[in-house]
Amino acid sequence: MARQALGKAAMLVFQRDLTLAWRRWDEVTQPLIFYVVVTTLFPLATTPDLSQLRVISGGVIWVAALLSSLLALESLFRTDVEDGTMEQWVLSGQPLGWLLLSKVASHWMLTGLPLVVISPIVGTALGLPYEAWGTLIVSLLLGTATLSLLGGIGAALTVGVRRGSVLLSLLVLPLAMPLLIFGARAVTMRMDGDSPAGPLQLLAAIFFLALSLGPLAMSAAIRISVES
Amino acid sequence: MQPNGAVLEARAVNAWRGDRHILRDVSFVLRAGEFMKITGPNGVGKTTLIRLVVGLLPGESGSVLWNGAPVGKVRDDFNTALGYLGHPNSLKADLSGRENLKFLAGLRQSLNATDIDDALDRVGILSRGDIPARSLSAGQKRRLALARLLLAEADLWVMDEPATNLDAAGVNLVEDLIREHVAKGGLVLAAAHQRLLDDASILRRLELN
Repeated sequence: MARQALGKAAMLVFQRDLTLAWRRWDEVTQPLIFYVVVTTLFPLATTPDLSQLRVISGGVIWVAALLSSLLALESLFRTDVEDGTMEQWVLSGQPLGWLLLSKVASHWMLTGLPLVVISPIVGTALGLPYEAWGTLIVSLLLGTATLSLLGGIGAALTVGVRRGSVLLSLLVLPLAMPLLIFGARAVTMRMDGDSPAGPLQLLAAIFFLALSLGPLAMSAAIRISVES
Repeated sequence: MQPNGAVLEARAVNAWRGDRHILRDVSFVLRAGEFMKITGPNGVGKTTLIRLVVGLLPGESGSVLWNGAPVGKVRDDFNTALGYLGHPNSLKADLSGRENLKFLAGLRQSLNATDIDDALDRVGILSRGDIPARSLSAGQKRRLALARLLLAEADLWVMDEPATNLDAAGVNLVEDLIREHVAKGGLVLAAAHQRLLDDASILRRLELN
């Protein structure tokens, strides 16, 4: 036997979470169902007139995506901390930040990516013009990935707290506001015929910031949560 | 494994739980080829000492040294050398025994199917390897956790109540594993309140009170 390489170790974490999700698919699909239900309720509550819905479609999709991502975050690290897996990760001799980043990546693939994939269909139901699909998808790709990273930090901080979900929302929502503003703005600008490059670049900047600092913050927070 | 000369040392370690001062100036030296059993009644601080030694609790005063250097300074070396069997078994209920070992022991060592089968066989649950961990009995789960410890290929074993939930044969198994590990020059630090190698010549006791 030889010492495991870091890349392989991170891959094992990723693979493990996909395997677990496959066996618990009902829990994984919950955010997606929430997302579809919320966006479908809007025309019922406001107006079925597409020309009016179109105006708010970008905002509605973004709010729904934000909330359903939050819904999935609370349980991100909880089971691993409770069953003692996290202790073993902390002591594994592998850099904890990479393992956690890998876990967040699999979490995003299971909860964030499906939202992005289904968003053109949801958008069409709200009268979103075809030309804005690309902008919507790019903005949601960056936005949901950033949310998973920010949420990972929040989840790592609140994992030791009983009923931490309220605290988690309070921590993450303020940080997520710029994402919502820039994301929804990009879609609206595209629909108005302007270039959405500005807000998209800001989204990308926030994503890279979260990607570079997120693992450090998550591993520090997890160490504190495990030390009890 | 190159445990030759490895030394784990605790110097005047103190710990508080809330406002209770439970560990007072605990010191010990554990060298390669030695087994130390931490004994004492419930609530005396055995688990606290164990968690403090492996670094899952911050020390408040005193120091833990690995090969003469504070553990905090040689964290990577120490973690690589450490096999930790905690109070929880660290198993995923939805994964089979084999998968649990692959995904957790695999973080430390590059494993193939034979390695995993050998470890399962050694702890006596080879035939249960493909059953989800939720369907295993409490003793079988503990055996699975022991298999993970074996696969860690660690010099230093730190075990918190290793024989919990095990039957008589299981306790014998733990004793054999410890004997073999010590004979190979490994270090074992175990907290236990039941019988564990009580009349063996290799036993050293650390009594907490």
